[in-house]
Amino acid sequence: MKARIHVTLKNGVLDPQGKAIEHALSNMGFGGVDEARQGKFIELELSETDKDKAHENVDAMCRKLLANTVIENYSIELE
Amino acid sequence: MKSAVIVFPGSNCDRDMAVALTKITGNKPLMVWHQETDFDTVDFIALPGGFSYGDYLRCGAMSAKSNIMKEVIRRAEDGVPIFGVCNGFQVLTETGLLPGALMRNANLSFVCKDVKMTVANNDTMFTADYAEDEEILIPVAHHDGNYFADENTLDTLEGEGQVAFRYNEDINGAQRAIAGITNKRGNILGMMPHPERMIEPALGGSDGRKLFTSVMNRLS
Repeated sequence: MKARIHVTLKNGVLDPQGKAIEHALSNMGFGGVDEARQGKFIELELSETDKDKAHENVDAMCRKLLANTVIENYSIELE
Repeated sequence: MKSAVIVFPGSNCDRDMAVALTKITGNKPLMVWHQETDFDTVDFIALPGGFSYGDYLRCGAMSAKSNIMKEVIRRAEDGVPIFGVCNGFQVLTETGLLPGALMRNANLSFVCKDVKMTVANNDTMFTADYAEDEEILIPVAHHDGNYFADENTLDTLEGEGQVAFRYNEDINGAQRAIAGITNKRGNILGMMPHPERMIEPALGGSDGRKLFTSVMNRLS
């Protein structure tokens, strides 16, 4: 089973890299980008076949290592 | 005073810290590799600056989960003084021993210079030898020193006197100009600036020295 994890900065946490991307896009002439936020994408190949157990495991991985929940949110997709 | 310096792959200020501790305390610190699980009893543990694990994932995230940090956390809970500088501060927030997080500098630039900062609380075991509101000059060298915590946490830090040092000018976007904080119990200090690099005139100043003598005096 594959787990796809998105880690993003929480609302209200300043994202200077996102801001720089936003400005670069604007300077390149791409209009209409109101905001850019940068995050991380992590893909895990799991041996677990039970979806509930997999979700529980990956959730623990996110809380303990993959995301810093002081500043980041995460979302998990399994397939 | 017996001390230990924890060494991670990618630490690069471990030797600076060892020199400062040797010169000031008269004893060479134990250098403890991150894969160790135990080490001799010491009075003081330093987490040095650097780029442990190449800053992979987040600065300090991997180190916070290393073997040796389990033991450091155990000793911190026993009340042993723990001092994290720069990457060491990042490791301390990643372990949860200190609140908040250190994010990319607001202007995205690596900042490397001597900065003026103020001792925000001289009633801690790490700052007792400084005068109240003393202005000191200490070098910084970091890319991720932008201290972040939610408003409640910031209010608590200020209310409890846990803000130890503040920058005199905004160098990295840190909230409320926070350069260093202690835990509530007061036995853990994390700070982005490098006092171990300012311990004698040959290094450009000795404003960092009192931090080490404060701890020595408290322990003796």
